[in-house]
Amino acid sequence: MTARLPSPKFDHGYRRLTLRAGRLWIPVRARSLTVGLVFSMAILLLGILSLGLGTYQLSPAQVLQTFLQGGESLDRTVVLQWRLPRTLAAVFLGVLLGMAGAVFQTVTRNPLASPDILGLSNGAFTGMLLSIVFVSSSWPVMTAGAVTGGLLTALVIWMLAQRGGVQGFRLIVIGIGVAAMLASANTWMLLEVELETAMFASAWGAGTLNGVTAVPLAGAMLSAIPLALLLLALAPRLRQLDLGDDAATSTGARPGTARTLSLLIAVGLVSLATAVIGPVAFIALAAPQIARRVAATPYLSLILSGLLGGFLLLGSDLIAQHILPGAVPVGVVTVTVGGLYLVTTIIQEIRRRA
Amino acid sequence: MRTVLPKPETSIRARHQRLLPGLLILIALLLFSTLLSLAVGSNGLPLNVVFDALRGDGEAEAQYVVGDLRLPRTVTGLVVGAALGVAGALMQAFTRNPLADPGILGVNAGAAFAVACGVAFLGLQGVTSFVWLAFLGAFTVTVAVYLIGSSGRGAADPIRLTLAGVALGAVFSGMTTGLTLSNPDAFDHMRSWNAGSLLGRGYEVLLPMLPFIGLGIVLAFFVAPGLNALALGNDIARSQGANIAVIRIVVILAVTLLAGTSTALAGPISFIGLMVPHVARWIFGLDQRVILGVSILLAPIIVLLADVLGRVLIAPAEIPVGIVTAFIGAPVLILLARRRKASTLS
Amino acid sequence: MPDTGLDLSSPTNISRMQMKNVTLGYDKAPIISDLSTAIPAGSFTVIIGPNACGKSTLLRGLSRLLSPASGQVILDGKDISTLASKEIAKRLGLLPQSAIAPDGITVADLVARGRFPHQGLLRQWSTVDEKAVQNALDATGLRELAPRRVDELSGGQRQRVWVAMVLAQQTELLLLDEPTTFLDIAHQVELMELFAHLNRDGRTIVAVLHDLNQAARYADHIIAMRDGRILAAGPPGEVVTSARVEEIYGLPNVVIADPITGGPLVVPRGMPIATEEAR
Repeated sequence: MTARLPSPKFDHGYRRLTLRAGRLWIPVRARSLTVGLVFSMAILLLGILSLGLGTYQLSPAQVLQTFLQGGESLDRTVVLQWRLPRTLAAVFLGVLLGMAGAVFQTVTRNPLASPDILGLSNGAFTGMLLSIVFVSSSWPVMTAGAVTGGLLTALVIWMLAQRGGVQGFRLIVIGIGVAAMLASANTWMLLEVELETAMFASAWGAGTLNGVTAVPLAGAMLSAIPLALLLLALAPRLRQLDLGDDAATSTGARPGTARTLSLLIAVGLVSLATAVIGPVAFIALAAPQIARRVAATPYLSLILSGLLGGFLLLGSDLIAQHILPGAVPVGVVTVTVGGLYLVTTIIQEIRRRA
Repeated sequence: MRTVLPKPETSIRARHQRLLPGLLILIALLLFSTLLSLAVGSNGLPLNVVFDALRGDGEAEAQYVVGDLRLPRTVTGLVVGAALGVAGALMQAFTRNPLADPGILGVNAGAAFAVACGVAFLGLQGVTSFVWLAFLGAFTVTVAVYLIGSSGRGAADPIRLTLAGVALGAVFSGMTTGLTLSNPDAFDHMRSWNAGSLLGRGYEVLLPMLPFIGLGIVLAFFVAPGLNALALGNDIARSQGANIAVIRIVVILAVTLLAGTSTALAGPISFIGLMVPHVARWIFGLDQRVILGVSILLAPIIVLLADVLGRVLIAPAEIPVGIVTAFIGAPVLILLARRRKASTLS
Repeated sequence: MPDTGLDLSSPTNISRMQMKNVTLGYDKAPIISDLSTAIPAGSFTVIIGPNACGKSTLLRGLSRLLSPASGQVILDGKDISTLASKEIAKRLGLLPQSAIAPDGITVADLVARGRFPHQGLLRQWSTVDEKAVQNALDATGLRELAPRRVDELSGGQRQRVWVAMVLAQQTELLLLDEPTTFLDIAHQVELMELFAHLNRDGRTIVAVLHDLNQAARYADHIIAMRDGRILAAGPPGEVVTSARVEEIYGLPNVVIADPITGGPLVVPRGMPIATEEAR
């Protein structure tokens, strides 16, 4: 399936292969391929580990047995019914967040752009609080409220940012303004409800994998797959966007529609993830940047950002569940670890330039 | 055809002409907001009663309401407003970034974490006991941000400092969330503190904080001409004799003093530091000294008006001032961003 | 001479591109009103004029970066607003003034980005693409530099990389917006000679240049603009005369014969400075 073209008479500057399968010809960087495989292996290993950890411990071999031959019936219940949905959610939703983050940062040409900064997570929280206050605190109602809140926020920001097309800077500024208003509204509502309700809502608001069940997860996965495929089809046009609007237009990439479409899909992916686990910070921000540095690509790779997002979310959940005391929401870990990551990046970059 | 040299830009002249009448209007507005703050509330008092109470005459109840409740509250509003306005103006000039807010140096996150720890581990309860702890937290985080952002050559590069502030801010806010979610008492206190309020800050905390704010404001005016030079770029500033390293350090010190004390006193009050310098620039131009002067007057006006609004909107209950300011500031920000030439927000 | 890979068997029209009564501008303020002109096929057309005369706007209108408020831009007999963007991109290449080189990209990769209009969803790379990039690198003398990072190159080299990217697009029409800015004189001449060579090979070139003498030397068709209007259009011998140049730029001048080419060479007489009072 893999083929090398007759050796090129010029050097690209890195090792590259062309994957061929029937009519499909795709150039791939050797390093990206390796990095992708490494990320995938890491997810697999971490996943198997996570399925074995808990009050009822299982060795990796036992975990594998439940998949392959069946193993003991109690093992199967623990792994397949209790833990697998959570692990799958962490991986899959982490992938969605990583991909969405890559889109936001490519479209706004800003490495600090992410759904959190744009206020989508605040809006989801507002929606959720409003549904608790006015309807009920059952999971489906809260989830519906959260998704509606996030989508409405995106819509409002979009409309406000429209002035003959959407400019990256204007979008970010308006996002900050809307995020601030929503954050204040949330602070106010948290003050007004009962303490218990407030704590419960805040735990969700930080992003948590507690209570993830198979059905909402399956729903999110089914909806997300076509969106993700569409995004991958848009990837070459997104890469042309990196060259600036003029070069992108004159090579036929139609930057305006590329931006609109990819942003819509990214918002959709984030909303789906938020619907299942609440607004988890920093994965969308950090995964694309780290993936780009590790693979040394001159652009943000959708696939690698996604894979790393899955790995980061899974790892953060393991830390939240098994290393930290109490039932700490995974969002707390991602925020703290994400902040530390930014700090080390800054220090490294300073050392490199000094 | 001969080359003709251009006349000086008329709009700059127009902005200079606005200055004196503008300042007078601002002073009048400030007095108006102060009186409003003393008179309005769930127990609305007519102005003559307010004046009597201030002089020490009149009913005991009015004296209590004005003297013990509203006067400290108003003074806190004036002081916190002035501090935030100046801090915001400094941050925006320093980072040359219209989105800079004094909070990006990590002040709010550090203060919040310290307060949360105080409740969770030391069992502190009252607002006044939080103040010194919050001040300590704010200061510590800013120092850490400065150290991280300055490691290596190039003292206090604004971009690095901003990133370091965002990063450390995230770390501390994550830890604060983790802490409060596992401790209901801490959560309860933090959700009030987070809203930002001018209530209940008595003179025993207000007065000791004043020297810090005073020092911060003095430093700000001292460094203002240097910031004017910096606005043209580092190279031009140096050729005009500005010492960039000194300017940067003074700015960071001033911002820490101002933003740290105001957050310590009143909790996080959003958007004042971000919005007020913008409005000042919009109406009065780019001279940093003018912007500082205008911000010192304009910011307390907005804080007091926001506080009054909070008292009035859902009387007899109150909306904390930190929440109202976001609803005033954010729409202004969005409006500015929607203007046609919004690439620089100036 | 390296094979530039163009199919020259297509019939040449008298003009490849035309503008008919076009009004162009930004935000309701038209810079060009009701303008009509034509680009002769196979020509080296240069648009000249003082600052803010509309020459860049004209170029952007030709390249569909800017849509006309009224009027039509015609490419090969069709209104370009009816053509798909990728279709246009296969016939019309633009060297933009402000393009961003992604951080860390190599020369070969950046040049390869010019192949975008020829690539489909399934076929994202092929031998044809490989050949086109190779030809572009050779034409610009960048073969040795192909593996290097663009951000490590000098200004002159970097400009050549952008030219190579447009060449890789393999279009018959090349639009160039001030391609020689920030280059030293040797690199400027080098680049202009490359464009002249491409033109001799069959490509139609439309360039905006601010150097009047470069325009006179390399163009065979000059469009002179001022205040959004075309003052003159024709061969350099007709357009670049002392009277015309003074009319366009307001610059007193003398035109002599270029000792190398024999064409017109403009020599300024100088401009006195006056303040408003002295007027």
